[in-house]
Amino acid sequence: MAQNMTADAAHAHDEHHESPVVFGFWLYLMTDCIIFGTLFAVFAVLRDQFAGGPTGHEVFELSGVGIETAILLFSSITYGFGMIAAHENKVSTMRTWLGVTFLLGLGFLFMEIREFSHMIAEGNGPDRSAFLSAFFTLVGTHGLHVTCGLLWMAVLLFQTAGKTELNERMIGKLTCLSLFWHFLDIVWICVFTFVYLMSVI
Amino acid sequence: MKKKILPRLTKLMSLSSAALLAGCSWDTLDPKGVIGAQEKSLILTSTYAMLLVVIPVCILTLLFAWQYRQSNTAAEYLPKWSHSNKIEVVIWAVPSLIILFLAVLTYQTCHSLDPYKPLEAEANVKPIHVDVVALDWKWLFIYPDEGIATVNQMAMPVNTPVDFRITSDSVMNSFFIPQLGTMIYAMAGMQTQLHLIANEAGDFQGESSNFSGRGFSDMRFRALAMPADQYSAWVEKVKASSEQLDSASYPKLAAPSEANPVEYFSHVDAGLFDDIVAKYNNGMVMDKSTGKMLHVQQSAMSDMNMKE
Amino acid sequence: MLGKLTLSAIPYDVPILVGTFIGAAIAGLAVVGLITYYGKWGYLWREWLTSVDHKRIGVMYIVVALVALFRGFADAIMMRSQLALAYAGNPGYLPPHHYDQIFSAHGTIMIFFMAMAFMQGLMNIVVPLQIGARDVAFPFVNTLSFWMTTISFLLVNVSLFIGEFSQCGWLAYPPLSEQQFSPGVGVDYYIWAVQLSGVGTLLTGVNFFATIVKMRAPGMTYMRMPVFTWTIFCTTVLIMVAFPILTVAMGLLGLDRYLGMHFFTNDGGGNQMLYLSVIWGWGHPEVYILVLPAFGAFSEITQTFSRKPLFGYKTMVYATASIMVLSLVVWVHHFFTMGAGPNVNAFFGIMTMVIAVPTGVKIFNWLFTMYKGRIEFHATMYWVIGFMITFSIGGMTGVMLAIPASDFVLHNSLFVIAHFHNVIIGGVYFGYVAAMNFWFPKAFGFKLNEAWGKRAFWCWFVGFYVAFMPLYVLGFEGMTRRMNHYDNPEWHPWLLIAEVGAVLIALGIVCQLTQLYVSIRDRNLAENRDLTGDPWNARTLEWSTSSPPPFYNFAILPEVHELDAFAHDKEAGIDTRQAGGNYQPIHMPKNTACGFLIGAFSFVLGFGAVWYIWWLAAVGLIGVIATVIARSSDNDVDYYVPVSEVVRIEQEHTHNLMAAQAAE
Repeated sequence: MAQNMTADAAHAHDEHHESPVVFGFWLYLMTDCIIFGTLFAVFAVLRDQFAGGPTGHEVFELSGVGIETAILLFSSITYGFGMIAAHENKVSTMRTWLGVTFLLGLGFLFMEIREFSHMIAEGNGPDRSAFLSAFFTLVGTHGLHVTCGLLWMAVLLFQTAGKTELNERMIGKLTCLSLFWHFLDIVWICVFTFVYLMSVI
Repeated sequence: MKKKILPRLTKLMSLSSAALLAGCSWDTLDPKGVIGAQEKSLILTSTYAMLLVVIPVCILTLLFAWQYRQSNTAAEYLPKWSHSNKIEVVIWAVPSLIILFLAVLTYQTCHSLDPYKPLEAEANVKPIHVDVVALDWKWLFIYPDEGIATVNQMAMPVNTPVDFRITSDSVMNSFFIPQLGTMIYAMAGMQTQLHLIANEAGDFQGESSNFSGRGFSDMRFRALAMPADQYSAWVEKVKASSEQLDSASYPKLAAPSEANPVEYFSHVDAGLFDDIVAKYNNGMVMDKSTGKMLHVQQSAMSDMNMKE
Repeated sequence: MLGKLTLSAIPYDVPILVGTFIGAAIAGLAVVGLITYYGKWGYLWREWLTSVDHKRIGVMYIVVALVALFRGFADAIMMRSQLALAYAGNPGYLPPHHYDQIFSAHGTIMIFFMAMAFMQGLMNIVVPLQIGARDVAFPFVNTLSFWMTTISFLLVNVSLFIGEFSQCGWLAYPPLSEQQFSPGVGVDYYIWAVQLSGVGTLLTGVNFFATIVKMRAPGMTYMRMPVFTWTIFCTTVLIMVAFPILTVAMGLLGLDRYLGMHFFTNDGGGNQMLYLSVIWGWGHPEVYILVLPAFGAFSEITQTFSRKPLFGYKTMVYATASIMVLSLVVWVHHFFTMGAGPNVNAFFGIMTMVIAVPTGVKIFNWLFTMYKGRIEFHATMYWVIGFMITFSIGGMTGVMLAIPASDFVLHNSLFVIAHFHNVIIGGVYFGYVAAMNFWFPKAFGFKLNEAWGKRAFWCWFVGFYVAFMPLYVLGFEGMTRRMNHYDNPEWHPWLLIAEVGAVLIALGIVCQLTQLYVSIRDRNLAENRDLTGDPWNARTLEWSTSSPPPFYNFAILPEVHELDAFAHDKEAGIDTRQAGGNYQPIHMPKNTACGFLIGAFSFVLGFGAVWYIWWLAAVGLIGVIATVIARSSDNDVDYYVPVSEVVRIEQEHTHNLMAAQAAE
């Protein structure tokens, strides 16, 4: 550990290039943004293709989705507190906030899975119509990202267990996950507006 | 100005090219209908316009390479020279002008050769209607006005516009008669339109121009263009067939088959084409004359109308 | 337990495949035997397979590309032979089931595993050196990218012997590629191979964009970047924009097939034209992803061997950037015949033609780079001149196809095939081969044999014209692409000529292999060794270090004062290396097996999913995740090269340099 810290210090000293990790991850997020953009476009094309199946109005329950949205937005705030603690090098506070974020994310995922299984049980699965295919794929892709985010968060919680200080590399990882988590939040707001609200109105 | 120059240029160029290509039997460059003829002259005009720059570039490449070869110490050598505003202006302007010319040509021909645009015919000539269905791996032609249908052979009177409605009851294909011009996709659940005309009698090759699987290579048909009286005789011949096409016999025809022989059906169910389109759309179909959807069910869809 | 996989999936009744399998098995055993005999497994594993050195990764990419070229070309010549035979009732020797796989595999392999791998190999070898960096921004990601591409190519080849490949063309248009019409595993092989290699390419795009933005040598502003780096820069932008779209296209097609969804199906409200829009949203930028680096290579070669700077550097940069932008708004020209309205068609047609303007400007720039130069006819210059002529013709036929009303009769015909081979062979392939000849001494420290290089050029150049000009004619004769047999007597002679052309191209490939063999055999001859690191008297930074460069590239990062930094330094008498200067310990990444492991597990995942062997797919997926986590938990990822080691390596090169100068 100590050896690692000196390596980091030396790194910062002898190379004028700052670490490109956060920039690189941000670039990756932009490509992810294009994935979601394409999925939104696909949804827009297929949103009226009910093929005799249910419309969004018939299958969406806005109250549940509203709670999901609130949970996810709130988890962004708690992650933010975690990052503040990380920058102040308060490891245990950071871990507490990350733990709260993790639980909120888990809650969001749980609600989403419940919504999906409910729809599938009623015969309104993704194979029912193009509209439902597009819906499940778009929302499911977001859910898959949340799952990856949770896995990542669990790994970081594990890696910081028992640590009293955070090195540059760990701060970098936390910052990347922070970007990822807020990005998912933004995507969800688009999902909420574009998929749920506009289908119901 | 431009409008007058363009057709004149076109005419001039197609004349010279006709001399060049006389005797060749290249289908696309040997059109037998006005659509194909216009497309041919468009291809030639655009080629000549581009050759104006492509030929000099090729010559200059070889010339410069030879002139400034290492062993030619007599040639001027400017080891620092890498910029000239004059040359830059020219090298941007020349391609730009040619592309400008082609862009105008493109815009005009996109409209004049729009496959959805009905053709003007001589007075008293009424267009005939043909509904085309791409099947695995054969072409079904339905003549709604005559109530007949054929497989892998179609006929049309010369100098008479043919209005096609085209769909598929399988994978995507492309309906193409090279000597008459313009192809268009045949897609299940959608109907595309095409307007062609044959100005000469003949027996033309028709084909699918989009790969559609195992039997694709034999998915060909003959397009017969004939004088009006012969066309009537052809219709009578089809009507004399003992085969009929209805909802009971259609699935047998639609089942995959390769190198299907020509078939005639003396009767065809009136709504067959619409039914084929509608079966992929919850029983809905677009009315061609109004462009509106016939609402069979409450939830309206519009994916079939690709024009919108 | 084994999903769809049964013994009947092994095509032991197809003689061609059995022969291929035996051949591949013998070749594979020979390679394995040789490596074992010479005891090189440890070396191979430590120094190559687990390497994070961009130069070694680049070399491995190009090795993969050459294998892919071989496979893809074998497909091509089989297709040409089939069409030369299958005429007037003769079914030829390839039934549709086999033939359709071959043309699908040919396109898929040539684009994803020949051209893309070659391009990524070149950018790996050249870009960090050209911008004066010690490695790429993310060396681990780089090895991961390489392995994703490689295992995907392996997956395609496994489909030869276990099951089948897609029979739906290289872009697998639905509804033909849907479960309903293609129930076999072929399309699944296609989807997984393309999807996994796409992940690798996307990561390369991110990696090299970050590298170019963050790691340029001090003083290298954007307008002092070498042109090749500029073209790679634009290419990485296009990769980042386009490859996510490919991911979505493959993903949705996969969901249709695996979960019965209705994105592109005939029924259920699916829309097949949506797939065309999405796949070409990737597909058109893709051709510029391939050709821009070739343009960059031509620029470097032309200026070097014309012995003067590139004409109109700024114009070149702006032209490249505008091509990059325009390439994103032209995709509809691939399906003008779907029945869109005249205004839509006119828009996309005109946008497509507009690309011809910056491209034409580039051609003129190369022309005026040669003008008043002292052109040395090195083998690479042959490819440049061959390219300029061939590409001009290909560009012209491209504009013809861009006019919707012309496309109405040329679409999907052999004219289209002739056109895109005209630009992809004449532009992309010529460029990559020229680049390989140009940068080979940098990577290996000895030059490629020129005589065999020129022979390869002539075979390829003449072979290309003989093979593809007849296809233009056949397009005008109304011959559609992907036909298996025909009975039109007018087509037959042209297809025979095309077959001759394919044989000439085969000779070209033989010449290239001979060139490699002869060059390696004669590598120690004095005239072939490159001791100076600058065999061509070139202009950019990669030539300022030794050949092959030390693993850290530059002992002291070069200072850039001008465009063409190395040429400027040579003229001003500045030692770019700053030999004997103030050396510092150099921070370098450690080699890692994680990229290889993630690749291997991805292969397991893909293979399991293709055959519906879900436990195997799960093993693969869990393996991937576990390796990523293990890598993330590993803090021992880098080290410092001590000054003494740097001094030793640098003094050796200085010694070589002085010996070389003395010899002159």
